[in-house]
Amino acid sequence: MDVSIAVNGEQVSREIEPRQLLVHFIRETPGLTGTHWGCDTSNCGACVVLMDGVPVKSCTILAAMCEGHEIRTVESLEVDGRLDPVQLGFHEQHALQCGFCTPGMLMTTRALLDENPDPTEHEIRVAISGAICRCTGYKNIVSAVRWAAEYEAAAKHEHAAKQEV
Amino acid sequence: MQTPAPFEYERATSVEGAIASLQRLGSNARVIAGGHSLLPMMKLRLANPEHLIDINDLTDLAYIGEDEDEIVIGALTRHVDLLKSELLAERFPLFRDAEQVIADPVVRNRGTIGGSLCQADAAEDLSAVCTALKAKAVIRGADGERTVGMEDFHLGPYVTAVRDGELLTEVRIPVRPGAGSAHEKVERRAGDWAIAAASAAIWVDGGKIADAGIALSAVGLTTIHLARAEELLRGKAPSEELFAHAGAIASEDCSPSADGRGPIDYKRHLAGVLTTRALRRAAARALHQEA
Repeated sequence: MDVSIAVNGEQVSREIEPRQLLVHFIRETPGLTGTHWGCDTSNCGACVVLMDGVPVKSCTILAAMCEGHEIRTVESLEVDGRLDPVQLGFHEQHALQCGFCTPGMLMTTRALLDENPDPTEHEIRVAISGAICRCTGYKNIVSAVRWAAEYEAAAKHEHAAKQEV
Repeated sequence: MQTPAPFEYERATSVEGAIASLQRLGSNARVIAGGHSLLPMMKLRLANPEHLIDINDLTDLAYIGEDEDEIVIGALTRHVDLLKSELLAERFPLFRDAEQVIADPVVRNRGTIGGSLCQADAAEDLSAVCTALKAKAVIRGADGERTVGMEDFHLGPYVTAVRDGELLTEVRIPVRPGAGSAHEKVERRAGDWAIAAASAAIWVDGGKIADAGIALSAVGLTTIHLARAEELLRGKAPSEELFAHAGAIASEDCSPSADGRGPIDYKRHLAGVLTTRALRRAAARALHQEA
């Protein structure tokens, strides 16, 4: 069957088998290998991408189900060499070691901050409860998300102050 | 690489169209919505449908509303929306209790109530919730709609009253005065299946329990409806002794098997404790005394 899926704002078309999973479509067709293929059972969260802005596990969605929807992967976070605040937060707070879970963590926490710009530690831990990290013990990931939330709040404040001047 | 066996894919554009396809394809077809139970089973070859009918575009099946003396929930309503619904939280707070511990937030963005009920996994939470609430399932086929009470919905492990060529479209929950409800679950880690879970609802009238609904997850081959414990509660005033007695019945009337989540005696004990806790919270909510 032919599918055409919007990935990071670009329409990607290809003939696929209906059984192809979204994670494999993303990695093989546009060649975006930032989305990691982990447990394959919707447990680990390494494959999380945004579907119409909502985090989903791409190992448990058929590519065929995504036609007509907007998919956003970790590659979309950096714009013109500028890292997204969640990427900066993970860097600043040392929120990764091996890095395998990081793409899914970044997309899960990006979606959290889009919905809730000032999450508590508990809210962050609930949001990432579907994403497994075997290195960090999660503490630095929680710190990174708080760092990003505060960075975005400060940037917004600064932006508003500039506009007043 | 875990990939399902080959199948034909069809995206439904209307409920009638989905039912026509299901009629035509019979037992070779399965409906897919969230897919978070079906696709893992297909990867493991535990399910091998030749055709998948994708109903994700049937957004007219995604709603939570009130219809006279019933709460109505469309089959395509996702877990995240059940969790966030203030209407459900007010009328039947056990929904929010359960939804906070069903899988994880990312999975809850996809999974649906219709999929949960039709999957008919004994460890699934919403089947117990709907059984405790004495909900009815609305099933549509080529010849129209029929309604099946939850007590008759689950026929066995992974088998429901929904026949080939039919689609579950709606869940209807009767609203009666004096209601209180709660869901209690113990799991090994966040997002895991239950070791055991208990759903309880009571309806209080004049200081006495007019009716009760209790169901258990993960401690039998299907969702367990605790009819004997419900009968015990009817007509009596809520009390700690009564709820402990109902818990003892739950321990007797469940039929868990030993597995990695625990031995049989532990699961029986847990089913009893969780039943008592769920009834205690349900009563506190019915009497507006929740701490």
